[in-house]
Amino acid sequence: MTLKVAIRADAPIPLDLSFEVGRGEVLALVGPSGSGKSTTLRTIAGFWRPETGRVEVGGALWLDTAGQRFLPPHRRRAGVVFQEFALFPHMTALGNVAAAMGDLPARARASEAGRLLELVHLGGLGHRRPAELSGGQKQRVALARALARRPEVLLLDEPFSAVDRATRARLHDELIGLRAQLSMPVVIVTHDIGEAQLLADRMVVIDRGAVVAQGTTAEVMSDPAALRRMGLREIAAMLSARLVAQEPDGTTRLDTAGGPIWLPRLEGAPGQRLRVRILAHEVILSRARPEGLSAQNILAGRVVSLTPGEGPGVLVRVAVGEDQIMARITRRAREALALEPGDPVHAILKTMTVARGHVAPDADAGAARAQRGGAGRGFRIGGADPTGAGGSAPRAPRSI
Amino acid sequence: MDWQALRLSLALAAWTVVLLLPVSVIMGRFLGTRSFRGKGLVEGLVMLPLVLPPTVFGFYLLVLLGRGSPIGAAWQDLFGRQLVFTFEGLVLASVLFNLSFAIQPAQRAFEAIPTALREAAASSGMSPLRALWAVELPLAWPGVVTAMVLTFAHTLGEFGVVLMVGGAIPGETRTIAIAIYDRVQAFDMEAAATMSAVLVAISLATIAATFALSARFSARDSTRVGRRPEQ
Repeated sequence: MTLKVAIRADAPIPLDLSFEVGRGEVLALVGPSGSGKSTTLRTIAGFWRPETGRVEVGGALWLDTAGQRFLPPHRRRAGVVFQEFALFPHMTALGNVAAAMGDLPARARASEAGRLLELVHLGGLGHRRPAELSGGQKQRVALARALARRPEVLLLDEPFSAVDRATRARLHDELIGLRAQLSMPVVIVTHDIGEAQLLADRMVVIDRGAVVAQGTTAEVMSDPAALRRMGLREIAAMLSARLVAQEPDGTTRLDTAGGPIWLPRLEGAPGQRLRVRILAHEVILSRARPEGLSAQNILAGRVVSLTPGEGPGVLVRVAVGEDQIMARITRRAREALALEPGDPVHAILKTMTVARGHVAPDADAGAARAQRGGAGRGFRIGGADPTGAGGSAPRAPRSI
Repeated sequence: MDWQALRLSLALAAWTVVLLLPVSVIMGRFLGTRSFRGKGLVEGLVMLPLVLPPTVFGFYLLVLLGRGSPIGAAWQDLFGRQLVFTFEGLVLASVLFNLSFAIQPAQRAFEAIPTALREAAASSGMSPLRALWAVELPLAWPGVVTAMVLTFAHTLGEFGVVLMVGGAIPGETRTIAIAIYDRVQAFDMEAAATMSAVLVAISLATIAATFALSARFSARDSTRVGRRPEQ
């Protein structure tokens, strides 16, 4: 089940882009507001019809302006999570989820809706109306409703923009945990490039309706040209780490391939695998291992490459074990240190520069855990097949 | 007290409501959710009965539906009786005259439903008809009820149009409002007072029933879909 999209339009905003998303892959459409990313999502869902466009899902044409084909939205199996959730206010949480299962026999709906609410950790709240739910809870109901459609494509339109920062970080974790069970292409629209980096496998950066860059998240996030529009201060790399201990001083110790680091308190049990987003402009490089420094996080690595930018900056990639982190330093600094590829180097990171929203569970580790049926933060679906196939499978009630 | 006139008025109001209910929902939704060329013109036409003097509206209806008109002639051929000065003619006039009361509150209610909710219904797999029934009508219901109450109350009290199109034939077109006027003309103030009081009572009862009904509906909504026993 692959999603292929190609759109061209002059109004309401000029659009000219195309991309593909594979089975189980998460693609982030990133761009400033007004860039056309939501319009792209609305085209896939069928809420908008561009002048020229083609949307193909697993070989079926949902839209083909050349062939005069337009499948109305209610006949497309697209699960949509709306920006402001768009829950049906007159129905309970359970009713909202069940409402997307009109194709199931009435008796199966309630139990299946209940199962989906359990999946998004809302087990006991099924009888509540949207007005009685918090922002984060509404978002979870919206996600459950989108999954209840047994979608062939899952579309998330700025799904975390209407909740507060702390809730957002928790919802990110949950979505990452859920990924092992999502077998359809997932498209997430966001203007928050950090969120895209945490959640997506691949990114398409859009500006004024055109693709500025696309590729794997790591590729796009280390490409200054791609990020010029979004702000160079967003350049960042993901570092894998393992939670080791909760320190009594209020920090959490993580082990990385380059040595231990301490971050502001993170929830989680020792042994949990994490990914930490390290902003390139927050990293200091040093040839010698520094002494007498307030910064405690010193990672040993090796210079991989140095890319001069248009301005005074140089982007340095540093290999830390199998990961790469990035540092943006000045040309002056580079010359003073005489850095060349292959040189050993120490990357220094202030604990306080890593916000809670920059840490996420490791999706692959989570998937492995779910398949083993093991412990840890449980994202398992009771009784469901974790490899559960997408929408059209005949035993669909059990899969999402 | 002219019970016959009261019965006639209630029947007229009931028929008007029954005929305008689907119009209210269909036109209200259409005007509330679509934008098209000439929408302003349609809305203006719907508004017209609000601003036209009832006698003027009644006069044109009389011309339009009279025996000499194509509509009047066709009706005569079909049913063997004329349209003006009959109950059927009165119902038709009442339906036309109440269009704005029936459509506008419903239109406002449909307009108030966020587009995202309609899109959510569609992406949940609901056909447009299913979405109308399961999502839009429950949300627009208060507007539709208001429209019907206004129509009912307005029909009970309508005087000018009824007099122009129907005259005052007892048992056929003499509604209670006309009967009150007749009694006053005959200096029978006592009967006029009684009938006026009855009309006031019915109007109050209608409003009370509406409130009770909408309260019942919102209570039903909370229990209808996927109710779970409290834990």
